[in-house]
Amino acid sequence: MKTILKFLCTALALVAALPAVAALNVFACEPEWAALATELGGDKVTVYSATTALQDAHRIEARPSLIARMRSADLVVCTGSDLEVGWLPLLFTQSGNAKIQPGSPGYLEASQAVVRLEIPKVIDRSMGDIHPGGNPHIQLDPRNIAKVAVVLAGRMAQIDPAGADAYKAGSAAFLQKWQAAIGRWETEGARLKGVRVVVYHRDMSYFIQWMGMREVGSLEPKPGLPPTPSHLADLVERMKREPAKVVVYSAYNSPKAAEFLSERSGIPAVMLPFTVGGSDKAKDLFGLFDDTIARLLAAVK
Amino acid sequence: MYKHSLIAIGIAAAALGAIAFPAAAFAATEDDLKELREQVRQLKESYEKRIEALEKRLQQTEQAAGNAEVAASNAQVSANQAAVQASSRPAGEGAFNPGISLILNGTYGNLRNDPARYRINGFAPTAGEVNPPNRGLSLGESELAFSANIDHYFRGTLIAAIGADDKIGIEEGYLQTIGLSNGFSVKAGRFFSGVGYQNEIHAHAWDFTDAALASKVFLGNQLGEDGVQVKWVAPTDLYFDVGAEAGRGRKFPGGPDGGRSKNGFGSGVLFAHLGGDIGASTAWRLGLSHLQTSAQDRTYNDLDSTGTGVTNAFTGKSRLWVVDGILKWAPNGNPTEKNLKLQGEYFRRNESGNLTYDTAAASLGTQTGAYASRQSGFYAQSVYQFMPQWRAGYRYDRLSAGTTSIGLVNSGALTAAAFPILNAYNPTRNTFMVDWSPSEFSRLRLQYARDRSQFGTADNQVFLQYIMSLGAHGAHKF
Repeated sequence: MKTILKFLCTALALVAALPAVAALNVFACEPEWAALATELGGDKVTVYSATTALQDAHRIEARPSLIARMRSADLVVCTGSDLEVGWLPLLFTQSGNAKIQPGSPGYLEASQAVVRLEIPKVIDRSMGDIHPGGNPHIQLDPRNIAKVAVVLAGRMAQIDPAGADAYKAGSAAFLQKWQAAIGRWETEGARLKGVRVVVYHRDMSYFIQWMGMREVGSLEPKPGLPPTPSHLADLVERMKREPAKVVVYSAYNSPKAAEFLSERSGIPAVMLPFTVGGSDKAKDLFGLFDDTIARLLAAVK
Repeated sequence: MYKHSLIAIGIAAAALGAIAFPAAAFAATEDDLKELREQVRQLKESYEKRIEALEKRLQQTEQAAGNAEVAASNAQVSANQAAVQASSRPAGEGAFNPGISLILNGTYGNLRNDPARYRINGFAPTAGEVNPPNRGLSLGESELAFSANIDHYFRGTLIAAIGADDKIGIEEGYLQTIGLSNGFSVKAGRFFSGVGYQNEIHAHAWDFTDAALASKVFLGNQLGEDGVQVKWVAPTDLYFDVGAEAGRGRKFPGGPDGGRSKNGFGSGVLFAHLGGDIGASTAWRLGLSHLQTSAQDRTYNDLDSTGTGVTNAFTGKSRLWVVDGILKWAPNGNPTEKNLKLQGEYFRRNESGNLTYDTAAASLGTQTGAYASRQSGFYAQSVYQFMPQWRAGYRYDRLSAGTTSIGLVNSGALTAAAFPILNAYNPTRNTFMVDWSPSEFSRLRLQYARDRSQFGTADNQVFLQYIMSLGAHGAHKF
């Protein structure tokens, strides 16, 4: 027993003495924040994304690999607004890392930096999986990305003062490019104004608002509940009376329900990348918007 | 003050001059007058210019004020937006209420054998809640959980369980640190021990209605200790943790029930886990844990060779080793449509000490002799979600009574028939279940088990169960 304890103590001391890696360790809950941190920090940061574009951030488990990554994170960037409520709290308590606990500089909730849409007036679970803090899928309005970029760059500089100048320069360069891109997207996407769209989950609301599109239905009967045959039949009927121009679903959704509605109503169904990595072209934040707009334009021509 | 006096002196001097030399004014020539007119004109011109400039400036200022007003109204709009955002957050004292969640649980049971007479042969009874749920309709264990961060160092959790017997028990009530660094965390209070895999998980999150047979015989269904746990997570990308617990020994395999009256500790646990991902689709964790307790007068009831109900007691050391493994698979790590979960645990226990027969001298008289046992058991289970909302699962249980040496029997003082429950037997059970979860907050389950825990009889058990969760959105362990 004593020898085991001795061995454990020695091993512990050895591991604890491992040299800390110089770069700022950023743990991003979603790929869009991982991409943004990379844009701002460049080679000053090591970025890990807890989820991929093919995963639903609502339904992630606090798996061992996530605890391990959070253990050594210097900065955690998450959407917040209860999007990660099913797994993030466990990572906080399990990781033994005081730097990134909520309320400390090492934890950034991106949704707090923007004006959230769809804040419910009434909250009841019978309405589905609704978020009291408003719709958390904020990343598809590029103006939100710009707001988060400013806050994130500030936070990176606060945590890693040695790299402050680099983050400042990084964010200035990014924002300049980004503002130009927003102008370009708004011109390109002008044709989307007023276009009626059926969504899968209400995860496109910020994009729809930005582009001036109109959401006229969702494949989910209630937020977070899978599409049901009866709800889809209702939608088919409604589309006959007041057709939408396009049905969209995200990379992490099953295409079945959208294809079902598309076949019955003749309205094109389009998969949208939703976040960075959701399609071949959505390699970074610029690609995400380029591809999203291109896919929609191709569908509504 | 000084300036004012100077001006006063100047005025006085001028007045004096005008009175004293009036002739000088009349002495002015025509030329002088011309010059004076010119000067007045220049003065007038310059004043007009200045007034014009002032007017221009005023206009500019007014314009700026107008701009400021627009800015102010813009600010008002953002303030209104901010207010809308703020109103979504609770205000006042209520904002600091802990997160409260409630679990409702109920079963309908249809069993061939009476669950009140349930035994697992070959193993010392654990005095835990090991019996299957009741026949007919009955309320299961309802849980009420409170949790919140206490301050920047601690988080607190209390989980009370109300059983079908109307008794309220504290399942867990502990604080845990959130302010420690370098991967350390400490838990103190009453909590489910980190021994094995399933033990730490609350019954409402289990994949089957009841616990594995191995959990029943080795941990008394579920081991909740009053104690302290220290855990350390390694700073590596591959998950690795080690931890230790010191506890009261208030439950089986410690004893007596409620723990001994002694300073120090009655039980100790060491555990280590290794875990990670294989690609994006698979996550796994392996664990090794050791539980050691020194029981004193850990009693159980049995019918002895004369058919009399007797109470026997064990005093000695109990050492348990557990190897556990869990693997979860979902296409691209997205469990929404389909996912698979494989889980298994292997238990091995050695006990040595003394066994006292008939402590109350109700039958053949109280006698004490040596006792030693080596026993083992395992379960393996698999749960597959084949379409959204629907899962099916299968579990296989097997226990091995191994070798049990009872001094009183070896010496011939008593026969093996005096300890019928300890007679060697290898219980097995096959369990099938299907469940339907309309949302992540509700679940209905149908389970069938063929249970050969009791010597000479196979029990058919059918359960229909509901599990509902209300209130705060819980986060479940991997």
